[in-house]
This record gives sequence, C-alpha cells and structure tokens, in this order.
Amino acid sequence: MGKADSVFEIIGPIMIGPSSSHTAAAVRIGQISLAILGEPVNEAIIQFHGSYALTGKGHGSDKAIVAGLLGFDAADERIKDSLAIAKQQNMKLDFQKVDLGDDYHPNTVRLLIAGVSGMHFEITAISVGGGNISIVEFNGLPIQLSGEYHTLITIHSDRPGIVAKATSIISQHKVNISTMNLSRQRRGGLAAMAIEMDQPLPPEAIKELEEKAQIVRIIPPIY
Amino acid sequence: MYYETIKQLIRLAGRQKKPIGEIVLAIEAEQENESPSTIRGQMVISWEVMKQALDRGVTDNIRSVSGLSGGDAKLFFARTPKFLNPDVGKAVARALGVAEVNAAMGKIVACPTAGSCGIVPAALLFAKERLQIDEETIITALFTAAGIGIVCSMNASISGAEGGCQAECGVAAAMAAGALTELSGGSATMVGHAVALTLINMLGLVCDPVAGLVEVPCILRNAGALMQAFLAADLALTGIKSRIPVDEVIGAMREVGQALPESLRETALGGLANTPTGRRLRRKLT
Ligand code: SF4
Repeated sequence: MGKADSVFEIIGPIMIGPSSSHTAAAVRIGQISLAILGEPVNEAIIQFHGSYALTGKGHGSDKAIVAGLLGFDAADERIKDSLAIAKQQNMKLDFQKVDLGDDYHPNTVRLLIAGVSGMHFEITAISVGGGNISIVEFNGLPIQLSGEYHTLITIHSDRPGIVAKATSIISQHKVNISTMNLSRQRRGGLAAMAIEMDQPLPPEAIKELEEKAQIVRIIPPIY
Repeated sequence: MYYETIKQLIRLAGRQKKPIGEIVLAIEAEQENESPSTIRGQMVISWEVMKQALDRGVTDNIRSVSGLSGGDAKLFFARTPKFLNPDVGKAVARALGVAEVNAAMGKIVACPTAGSCGIVPAALLFAKERLQIDEETIITALFTAAGIGIVCSMNASISGAEGGCQAECGVAAAMAAGALTELSGGSATMVGHAVALTLINMLGLVCDPVAGLVEVPCILRNAGALMQAFLAADLALTGIKSRIPVDEVIGAMREVGQALPESLRETALGGLANTPTGRRLRRKLT
C-alpha cells in the first residue's frame, strides 16, 4: 500500500466492511466491469483466485462484486443483500474458485460478464491494498488501469497509426494523459489500449474514436 | 506548508499558535485546492457515519457473515465493569461495537483501516460526552488524528500486510491518543509524547487474522488499542515524556514491521491463525 498524502486516505473511505481489500475493492472491480460492459449485466461467471478464493466468502467478496455489477458503490448498505437483489433482477451468477497460477497476484478475480444485449467481456482485476484495485487483463490482453481516472479503453485491429490518431484526438481536445498502455495478441491481430486521463473526453472526441476502433469505452473515475 | 514528521507538525503548531488539527486541515485544503470549510465538511460526513456505527454497535444484535463475531459489544456495554472506570468501559464497548459492525458488513469509516475502525471514533465520542467537547472541536481533532496517521504512513506503514497490526491498531491508537491529548488542552509537544508512548506499547503487534477474516483478533484489538490510547494520553497530559523522540519511535515501528516474517503480516499463516483452533476455523469457514 502506498503512502497516504491526504487526510481522507487515513480517515476514509466510508465503506461497507469488513475488509478494504476484499470488500470495498471487490465492489470497485464490479463497478468498473459494469462500466466497461456499458449495459446491465445479464450473466456473470466470477472466478476467485488466491486469497480471494480462500477468504472471499467471509469477507463478502462475492456479495461485493455483485453489488458493483448492480451499480452500487462501496458505501451502499444494500451490498449485503446484493445476491438476493441480483436474483430478483434475473442476473445469472456462477461463482468459481480457480487457480490461475503463481503469476497472478494473491488477490485476483476474473469476471466473465455478458450484458442484456449479448455483449460480453473477460476482465481480470487485482486488489492492491487499501481498497485500491488494478485491472490487469481485458479479454486476455494485459492492460493496467486503476479506475481512479477518466479512462478510455479501446479494442481495435492492430494497424499502424491508430494509437497516434487516438492520442492526437485526445490532445486536440486539451485532455491530459496520465497513463497509457497498449497490448496486442499478435502483430496485426486484436489490440487493446487503455488510457487514463486527468479530464473527461468531450463527446465529439469519443465519436471520432468510435470510427477508428471496434469497441470504445469511457469510464468515469470510480472512488 | 508541508510536513513529513511529527516534529514538523509540532513546530508549525507552535509557530502559528494553533492546534495541530488546524495545521493539518489548512495543509490539506492547500494541497487539494479547496476551501478549508469544504474539507471540514467532508470530515463532518465521516464523523456522522462514525456516530451511526458507534450507536449501532452497542444497540443492534450484530452477527458477522462467518458467525465468528458479534454480540460482545452490546453485552459489555450493558454491564458495569469491575476494574475499568464505567465511562471507559462504555468507550471500550463502543470500540468493539464499531469493529463488530464492520465484520457484519455494516457501514464504517476506515480509520486508518477497516480492521482498526473502532478506536478513533470511540475515543472521540468519549471526549465529546465525558469532556463535554463541542462537535466543531471534535472535527478539528479528527484532523489531528489524520495528521498523525499521515506521518505514520509516510515513515512506516498503516497496512497490516506490510507492517503487522502495530501499523493498523497501533497507528489508530496513536491517532486517538494524540487527538485526546489535544482535546484535553495538552500542548503540541504533549501530543507528540502521547503518540510516542502509545506506539511504544503497541510495538511488535503482529497481524494474524484467524481464517484471514477481519474478526479474530481484530475486533478485540480495537478495545486493547483504545485502552493504550487512554493510558498514553493521561501519561502525556501529566507531563510524562517518551525517552525516545516520537519520530524515532515511528522509525522503530517501520524497522520492526519489516522484520516481521510474512506469516505474521496478514497472510493468516502464523500466530492465532495458526493455532489448532485457528486452523480448524479456517477449514470450516473457507
Ligand atoms: S490483526 Fe491484521 S487484519 Fe486484524 S486489525 Fe490487526 S492488522 Fe488488521
């Protein structure tokens, strides 16, 4: 866990217990996954690895992730009833304990989620301590994002010029890039780009990007 | 303005003739580019959540998800303790209660963590009720506590996985002791001694949660840590000094934390978690 430099990192967050790393962080993973999906969740397979598999249940990680998938935040008192609420909404859920191997952080969870229109994604996330998270894989492609910034994710065919195009659109709109990373399956295959920005992107910029990539997602910061 | 050590906080408070809490608030406002009243307002929201948890913890029938905890706070609150002063007994019950609320998936404010969330709120409610301190001053004291926590986080750790429970319940106790000392009219130097005296008594405390859950021993340690905070505040207010300067004590806490084996840093592989009963509970609950 990093060094706190704000009062509210010491006294805060306001959250539903019992564990910032297993409960609050799990809610955020669900929230970000929902934002990436961009529509209500119809079905989710939730795979717990490492310490999440070992102690997830007692920490309510299952309820917490589902709460996030329902759009609740980490301070929402409905978290403990989230499984029942999901059931009422006909959300299909399957929880699995998995061993992803030693290469994965001890607090890893992988989500396979499908939305009401059939859109589906695979998202792998870790809890890094103090309620903070990092998304580490998106549809099997390694990425790195924290959810603390305005985030742009694209999935696009790996062709020359796309990345330059995206960054130039962003800078034209005077938006500052905080972090950026790229990955691809193989040369010329599908590629993912994740950019964290200090300001939100205006709708025109998003439209321009949508012409260049198969999937464009804009995610507001999730605290 | 800027601080990284308790010594710097004491110096700033002395120079400006203000409580440490005011200094911490002013620096936060400057850093965040917000007005002090906005920052204060955010803290008021946290205090409201703390008060709800303090209340729930000793009135509701609480049961954790695992079934390992709940009910002790309410029981202890209803009794007159034999050895503790009755008001202190109530405060201890409240610290337990907030931690039980946390374990039962209730709403709390991490302070500095979820596992150690009962200590500072219980100390401040005690000050409010027993010392008749107004809300405004309590909010300032929360900034005092936060400043102490920031310094500990910068120079040691506030995470059990990094530094053991001394980093969570220990730091929470130091935050509470400093705030109580300031609220009782102690000088900034006395606040520093209260922090040092608390940490000296909490040094080396390991993190060994049974079955990896934030329940046993976490809940009980909220009570123990609060007692240490009361003790240190009383000692410091009497003029008793730590022979080791406070920032050096924090340095020792870092060193001790780094020396702790991994089994005693939140992995649930050592200490109470590794007792026969601890292992049996783990098998049963996971
Ligand atoms: S034992 Fe570990 S998990 Fe429990 S309160 Fe202490 S540091 Fe936190």
